[in-house]
Amino acid sequence: MLIKKPSDFRSSEITPKDVWLRRREFIQASAAALVGAGAAGFLSDASAQGGGLAKLPNVKKSPLSVSDAPTSYEYITSYNNFYEFESGAGDGPKRKSGNFKPRPWKIAIEGEVAKPASYDLDEFIKPYQLEERIYRFRCVETWSAIIPWVGIPLKSVIDKVQPTSRAKFLKFTTMMDPKQFPMQRTNLLEWPYVEGLRIDEASHPLALLVVGLYGEILPNQNGAPIRLIVPWKYGFKGAKSIAKIEFVEKQPVNTWQIMARQEYGFYANVNPMVDHPRWSQRADRPLGGFRTKPTLMFNGYQDQVASLYNGLDLRKNF
Amino acid sequence: MKRILLIKRLLFLAALVPALRLAVKAYRMDLTANPVDYITDYTGDWTITCLIVSLGITPLRRLTGWNEVVKLRRMIGLFAFFYGTLHLLTWVVLDKFFDFAWMYEDVLERPFITIGMATWAILFVLALTSNTYSIRRLGRRWQKLHRLAYVAGICAVIHFWWLVKADITLPRRWAVLLAFFFSVRVWWTLRKRWAVSRKETLLQS
Repeated sequence: MLIKKPSDFRSSEITPKDVWLRRREFIQASAAALVGAGAAGFLSDASAQGGGLAKLPNVKKSPLSVSDAPTSYEYITSYNNFYEFESGAGDGPKRKSGNFKPRPWKIAIEGEVAKPASYDLDEFIKPYQLEERIYRFRCVETWSAIIPWVGIPLKSVIDKVQPTSRAKFLKFTTMMDPKQFPMQRTNLLEWPYVEGLRIDEASHPLALLVVGLYGEILPNQNGAPIRLIVPWKYGFKGAKSIAKIEFVEKQPVNTWQIMARQEYGFYANVNPMVDHPRWSQRADRPLGGFRTKPTLMFNGYQDQVASLYNGLDLRKNF
Repeated sequence: MKRILLIKRLLFLAALVPALRLAVKAYRMDLTANPVDYITDYTGDWTITCLIVSLGITPLRRLTGWNEVVKLRRMIGLFAFFYGTLHLLTWVVLDKFFDFAWMYEDVLERPFITIGMATWAILFVLALTSNTYSIRRLGRRWQKLHRLAYVAGICAVIHFWWLVKADITLPRRWAVLLAFFFSVRVWWTLRKRWAVSRKETLLQS
């Protein structure tokens, strides 16, 4: 048996007496730190996430938010359909939008309004109260998410610009800039991207002009600097990087209707009863997960929006 | 060892790489925010790749005179069946989670799924009869049966074409390649026929 002589220990190896006496405290503190870290991981809420972009000031919570836990920032910002950057859903828009310049930005309000004008985006937003709206998001391709948007109700903008009596529809046009949007140099879609709403749909309290996500300014791949969100409709209705909002008399022809009118209509209300000609719409799969869940009528906003469509054949007007 | 055997072994390992890569990605939870769609597209892409490469073997042999290359064809075709089966299982297990009523409805009502199932069914029959025993047993009928590989290729391209939303770049690329392989074969067959009929004419005169 080998017995070490005292001289084998260097003095530096000997635990100082005061530390030795506090050993229980030390263990307790370590354990607490570990549990704390674990709990923080589980309990991390919306406000703790983000992408390190500029924080938006004075954001009010909204009673129109759903109570479901939001999808992670990572998923929301790495799985996008943004055909100006790349065709098809995925992380292409994230990878390819790094050099996109969302500011300075001009937004034009035109057509049947009291005072058509073009505004600097930040000046345009300033008069309004920003709200956080946690909404369900449902893509026509059957994936879904819960997204904490930050924006201003479209209704308050409509009230401010005073539409004339001839304003029956709103037409949203994405910025046309083939230098910044590589796919606009191809004929993948008819550019620029156009979407539209009936004025009563646009005036619904749920319709939102979005400028932020998770309390920060909107990331490029999600439609920076300003986009439309209509939570009871399929995601493609939410025009991104909006350069122009026109108030018009005739129903606009939206881009996907131009591309395939038998598959994509003007209304595009989420409706599990009306299938896409090529796939079922009865269920959706939340981002990050494997299992599907049943898709709800009007994406779960039936009580709020169904009355907009009284007497309208939703099968014909898909 | 003969060179073609070495190539075959290397190709076998190379064709396993996509499956291993997918397994590693799954283990590391690196399957994008929409794992089911990602796995579906990934396995589908490799099915069509193997299938069309296998259909390119005979044209390659004819054009280059490298006859031994035909020894790779069965293995590549079986890999098409392997990836096609993973693709189908992704749909059955991950996408529809054994909801057979729903799958039945989809196969009947959605043309792109109908034709996808037809493609797999053909690959299944071809894989079953790919062994030496079947070749001997079926004789001349074997060759006729295995010409269905072309039908499978065409069905696979249509399946892909019908599911894209707007960007047909990829399915079109496969369609062009398939059309090229097919026309090489047709050209060779016609030439052989002309040669035969010319010989007959010459003999008669």
